[in-house]
Amino acid sequence: MMLSMRKKIVFYVLLIISALLLAGPAIMAIVMSFMTNQDILTGRLPTAFTIDNYIAAFDRLPLLQFLFNSLIVSIVIMLGQLILSSLAAYAFVFLEFKGRDFLFYLFIATMMVPFEASVIPNFHIIRDLNWIDTYAGLTVPFFATTFGTFLLRQNFKQIPKELREASLIAGMGDFKFFLTVVLPVSRTSLVTLGIYGFLTSWNMYLWPLLASTNDTVRTIQIGLKQLQTQEQLNQWGVIMAGAVIVIIPTLILLFLGQKKLQKGLTEGAVK
Amino acid sequence: MSMIYPTIETNETYLHQAERVKRQNQMKSFLKGMLFLLPSIILFSVFVFYPMFKTIYLSFFLTNAQGATTVFTGWDNYKALFVDPIFIKSVKNTFLFVFYTVPPTVIISLILAVIANEKLKGIGFFRTVFSSTMGVSVAAASVFWLYLFNPTMGLLNKVLETSGLDAIEWLTDPKWALIAVSATTIWMNIGFTFLILLGGLQSIDSSLYESADIEGSGYFYKLRRITIPMLSPTFFFVITVSIINTFQTFGQIDILTQGGPANGTNLIVYSIYREAFVNYQFGAASAQAVVLFILILLMTALQFKLVERKVHYQ
Amino acid sequence: MSQIELINISKSYDKQKDVLNSINLSIEEGEFFVLVGPSGSGKSTLLRMIAGLEEISGGFLKINGQTMNHLPPKDRNLSMVFQNYALYPHLTVQENILFGLKGRKIDKKEQQRRLNEAAEMLGIQELLKRKPRELSGGQRQRVALGRTVVSHAPLCLMDEPLSNLDAKLRAHMRVEIRRLQKRLGLTMIYVTHDQVEAMTMGDRIMVLNDGQIQQVGEPITLYNEPVNLFVASFIGSPKINVGNAVFSENGKYLIVENQLHIPVDPSVFCHIPRDRNLKVGIRSEHLMPGISKKENLHYLEAVNIEQLGNETSIAFELGSELWTAKWPGQWKIDLGQKVSVQIMPEFLLFFDADSGNLIKSAELGKSQGAVSV
Repeated sequence: MMLSMRKKIVFYVLLIISALLLAGPAIMAIVMSFMTNQDILTGRLPTAFTIDNYIAAFDRLPLLQFLFNSLIVSIVIMLGQLILSSLAAYAFVFLEFKGRDFLFYLFIATMMVPFEASVIPNFHIIRDLNWIDTYAGLTVPFFATTFGTFLLRQNFKQIPKELREASLIAGMGDFKFFLTVVLPVSRTSLVTLGIYGFLTSWNMYLWPLLASTNDTVRTIQIGLKQLQTQEQLNQWGVIMAGAVIVIIPTLILLFLGQKKLQKGLTEGAVK
Repeated sequence: MSMIYPTIETNETYLHQAERVKRQNQMKSFLKGMLFLLPSIILFSVFVFYPMFKTIYLSFFLTNAQGATTVFTGWDNYKALFVDPIFIKSVKNTFLFVFYTVPPTVIISLILAVIANEKLKGIGFFRTVFSSTMGVSVAAASVFWLYLFNPTMGLLNKVLETSGLDAIEWLTDPKWALIAVSATTIWMNIGFTFLILLGGLQSIDSSLYESADIEGSGYFYKLRRITIPMLSPTFFFVITVSIINTFQTFGQIDILTQGGPANGTNLIVYSIYREAFVNYQFGAASAQAVVLFILILLMTALQFKLVERKVHYQ
Repeated sequence: MSQIELINISKSYDKQKDVLNSINLSIEEGEFFVLVGPSGSGKSTLLRMIAGLEEISGGFLKINGQTMNHLPPKDRNLSMVFQNYALYPHLTVQENILFGLKGRKIDKKEQQRRLNEAAEMLGIQELLKRKPRELSGGQRQRVALGRTVVSHAPLCLMDEPLSNLDAKLRAHMRVEIRRLQKRLGLTMIYVTHDQVEAMTMGDRIMVLNDGQIQQVGEPITLYNEPVNLFVASFIGSPKINVGNAVFSENGKYLIVENQLHIPVDPSVFCHIPRDRNLKVGIRSEHLMPGISKKENLHYLEAVNIEQLGNETSIAFELGSELWTAKWPGQWKIDLGQKVSVQIMPEFLLFFDADSGNLIKSAELGKSQGAVSV
């Protein structure tokens, strides 16, 4: 569609205003994290650049440890989801056996049970397994995902059946076909699911709050909450520094994978 | 043609054998299927199905602080819930919160998606910015807005002051607290909603627009006659997902208001959390969870109905 | 002994109506056998049952005398070329060709030897390092053939392998596949919906319709002596001309579509029953130009003329039917012009109008009349 010059200008103005409004809070946080407390309290434009807030934040809490924990938790959940979802999706697309349809409905049924509504027994299970304050307790409950299975299933379905048939004639077993053909062919959607899994795990809040009671496995999100509740003295610069640390990894991931995510989510979600 | 037909006897033994082979193969493929699905099935059983039934079970009991059942109380937990003004308020708050949050999120995201769907130079940058709030965690977003809402130093009140208006106690004034939490939530949810709607827009067949162009239709005519109808399936999906997500809101409340002022922002999930993990009333909390579960079940059922409709659209 | 035997093979899904019905067939070693039929006739299903990709609902499949019904595809010692070529998009041409051998754990050196042999045979030495998406349709087709070559399996199944190629390339690949099959001595079972492919490639053809065998035979037999109207219309291009026909009271004329009165010698056609509804068929090349001929001339109205350069195709209106004639050379004919056409009764095929079965094939133009060189 060709746009006239006037229309183009209108669109650019709208785009720029919206972008500023949306990115405003994050930009504000980044700017504040480099401002002196003096400047913040008086509410004027920054007069000096400082990284004291970051030093203070790392000083007050073991943020590095929290970052490391978040990284471990997110990567483990991501990998767990990729493995379990791709296996399940393979079964739903390429294997035919009795009871498959029933299991498919069982997967759909899990979408009806919100995690928040079953959080109490889940907490008790983790506690009874002695998994409180362990990486296992923070990660294992999230390995199985219907969303991921459906997203990959959608993608596996686009692999021509003839590829499987050719491999049958060549005498290749299911697991080998899964590893050497299906996974490499659908790596784009695996990356999409990986990004999504990492993103959502990194941003988890309620479960880490319940399943971690000390610093050993506490994630950065809970660290930020701690930082915020400790800072009664209006040390906004320090809090913002903490918040910036929290969002940098996910923002980078989002900037790199925005296109893939958009495609993958629309496919997996709507269809 | 010289054909050797098998004799009756070989025929029968073969058929017998074939039947056995067939059954063996069926068993084999069943085991194989289970092998691929077992990890997911086990985890779903432990962390989804069992907890769901356990929640229902617990909701009929009183428990001790460890969560073990002590006294069977039948429907008492539920009866107590529906006369408990705090719980009733939290249900009301939740619906009000959905009402404050979902329509603005969807409408703003739709506008953003429409303007970000134009083929302009540098549009990729704007798309990334618009979807960026998806990468901001609930903790970080809450901290940003906690500052914005700060009664003395916050940006919002400074803007009000410079324009000669009275400052607002955003998070402690019962009139404003829920709206303030909603604003935070809208901002957070725009990223995801925008991304899905943009994907929906881009999957509309461009030849529809081209033929409209040839017929000389204007921009808003095309928006009303092509874009909105074609987008409606995505639109419904986004609305139901947003409603379900909003029902499950917890982090914003925990950081911004802790349910206050006077339970003005006490939403269901926060109420469950407090009942269970602050007051250790696991039975009562489970009853609340069952109510939440039913509410979300209704929303999911609605979504499936709409997804079904979506199939007919294609 | 024949290499492949199908005995009473049938296929049904969910105990529903049969997709294939009691198929009996035997295919000789080294034969190029074509399964042809319209879409939905069951030809692909039959091929996939031979491959082991579909379960056989009833009957027996024997390869080299052994019953194969329940063996998995890999144990049937065959290769298969698919319509979409089934190339693995993430593997190079070389890896694609060797895919099957790797699965069978064949010695590396032997793999390499077979690869070189196949690449040379198919002229794809330059492409070995490329990915499928970097290849043209014809090149992909060759890679798919390469798999068959390296497999050294004596039996090769092809499922519409040329239908994704353009017309020119298709004609070229027909010849190549045929040469390859002869060179490797393969037994070939080839599925197509294109009767030209069937005619030009097959040693023998089986025409399938609605899950039933219509006719099995050499291409020229199917052309000259189709057992029924279906085969007559399916084989040959343009389609055979068909019209309703009755004999006149005195038996001296055959009246076609109430319009043509063709004088016939009653003694020649005395075996044709007079009490049944008849249809006659005549090939387009047998509707001959009437110029400078004296007998059996008829005047027909030309309703469409197609100049093809080397020949001219003319459509005539005859009752409710359109008959097409193919005349060698270039003819200048106006639309609506009455053209004189020679119709020899000896070229007519007679069918039972109700059952569609052949009653009598043409007196002239049979294979024994073909010119030997």
